[in-house]
Amino acid sequence: MNWQLALPEIFLSCSAMAILMYGVFARPERSFVMSSMLAVGALLLTAMLVLSGTPGVGYNGLFTVDAYSHFAKLLILVAVGLGVVMSLDYAEHANMQRFEFPILMLLAAVGMMLMVSATSLMTLYLGLELMSLSIYVLAAFARDERRSAEAGLKYFVLGALASGLLLYGVSLVYGFSGSMSFAEIGRAMADPKTASPGLTVGIVFIVAGLAFKVSAVPFHMWTPDVYEGAPTPVTAFMGTAPKVAAIVLLVRLLSDPFGALLGQWQQLIVLVSIASMALGSLAAIGQRNIKRLMAYSSIGHMGYALIGLAAGTGAGVRGVLIYMLTYVFMNAGTFACIIAMRRQGRNVEGVSDLSGLGRTDPAMALAIAIFMFSMAGIPPFSGFWGKYFIFTAAVQQGMWLLAVIGVLTSVIGAFYYIRIIKVMYFDEPAPAFDPRPASLSFVVGASGLFTTFFFLFPAPVVAAAEAAAKVLFR
Amino acid sequence: MGGTTDMMLPVPLSHYLAVSAILLVMGIFGIFLNRKNVIIILMSIELILLAVNLNLVAFSAALGDLAGQVLTMFVLTVAAAEAAIGLAILVIYFRNRGSIEVEDVTLMKG
Repeated sequence: MNWQLALPEIFLSCSAMAILMYGVFARPERSFVMSSMLAVGALLLTAMLVLSGTPGVGYNGLFTVDAYSHFAKLLILVAVGLGVVMSLDYAEHANMQRFEFPILMLLAAVGMMLMVSATSLMTLYLGLELMSLSIYVLAAFARDERRSAEAGLKYFVLGALASGLLLYGVSLVYGFSGSMSFAEIGRAMADPKTASPGLTVGIVFIVAGLAFKVSAVPFHMWTPDVYEGAPTPVTAFMGTAPKVAAIVLLVRLLSDPFGALLGQWQQLIVLVSIASMALGSLAAIGQRNIKRLMAYSSIGHMGYALIGLAAGTGAGVRGVLIYMLTYVFMNAGTFACIIAMRRQGRNVEGVSDLSGLGRTDPAMALAIAIFMFSMAGIPPFSGFWGKYFIFTAAVQQGMWLLAVIGVLTSVIGAFYYIRIIKVMYFDEPAPAFDPRPASLSFVVGASGLFTTFFFLFPAPVVAAAEAAAKVLFR
Repeated sequence: MGGTTDMMLPVPLSHYLAVSAILLVMGIFGIFLNRKNVIIILMSIELILLAVNLNLVAFSAALGDLAGQVLTMFVLTVAAAEAAIGLAILVIYFRNRGSIEVEDVTLMKG
């Protein structure tokens, strides 16, 4: 048994435990900052272990390391790292400097890494639950704040229901295919004509459970409330890494073991994708709270990513991976700006609070403008390239309708993104925000540079995504 | 002597699946139709997970494959962790609001 395949995961969980012990014995006033630093260090080392890892299948087929999981793991580790850095300053102001915060993020990262490496229904479920349970706690982390407690409660109840449905689907797929391993399931349904209807029902349940995790319509109801109520760094975290993990898992599951049933799940994914894009662009128009607006925006983005999955080709999967990469950086940068929206020590969340930012803080206004243009899909920013790869994959498969609806909804979506830019540059200035801490400037700067200059060096990213997609479509 | 063994008809797989499907539907309805108390929602979630466990064990016996029973053990563990986290969130919610009525969970809307 080749246990070293899971070395990055083992290292990360052991370091989470070690940091927990440190936090228990350190002096309380320093433990939060120190454990956050240690967490970032652990994430960096884990990323190096991932990079130096060799592909292979281990643990009796439960766990697989390949180019696809490498790509997703590195992206997840970067997203979690940005999340930890973003929470440093917020925690200080919101009085939630407890050392458990970065540890929960690390444990969620372990869960996500298990999810993207899972090649068995058992690993899939356990990874998903490790991620979800950590995030339920994170959502309710500002425990003296009513909205945070309510967000935690809502997320917990709906998330537990979604996990239950997913697990029911797992049991059906196990029963009707006779195995938990992806390879065996793939063999059992190699011929779609003889595949039992119980399998199709199972797949629908599993897709429903994962659609909840990526907040795709019709399983999106929790998203706006939880995004608004949870502490902002947690919202930023929920909007990036778990989305990557869930969508990467969904793509692997549907194109690897369930690949033969493409005809049955394709329609489902197309419908979910169209509904998400439409709701994401229309419902965000009326929002006044920027965190709620970002919730609807993320619903829409997941709709675009699902187009690549619906295409059911290697090009589509490549598009999904590139899209998720650009999405993580745009989202992390935008949320870092939202965390920096603070007056006299109090965080503000209204779109109108941004008015006149172009005059009071030109650098931050420029950064937000870049992220908004990128999310709207305006070239040359990275968001455009994500959409470009997705739409070309759909068009290559003759899915014109899907591509046209995608372009139309992104035009509608551009309305509310550009409205934010209008508020920043053409409205009467509101009082200036408090000075930005260095940690947030770092996240905004790094994501802003990536988003702006992605078009100059897309080759390595595209090549990595291409190699990853080849794993699923040889 | 044959009399007792004749009485022991094996329960077919479909009966287990039917019971488990009924439990699942009861759990889902318990979450959506219940307008009173969040604790009842936690109980409904447990019901869903137990329905899945029944399914897994029945399939595992019918297939002669142990993986289903292994996953059942994991699900029991995860269910315990989930209940602990759910109750902890409920406690901080109660501390903030002084009530756990489902109809009061409406601070944010839109």
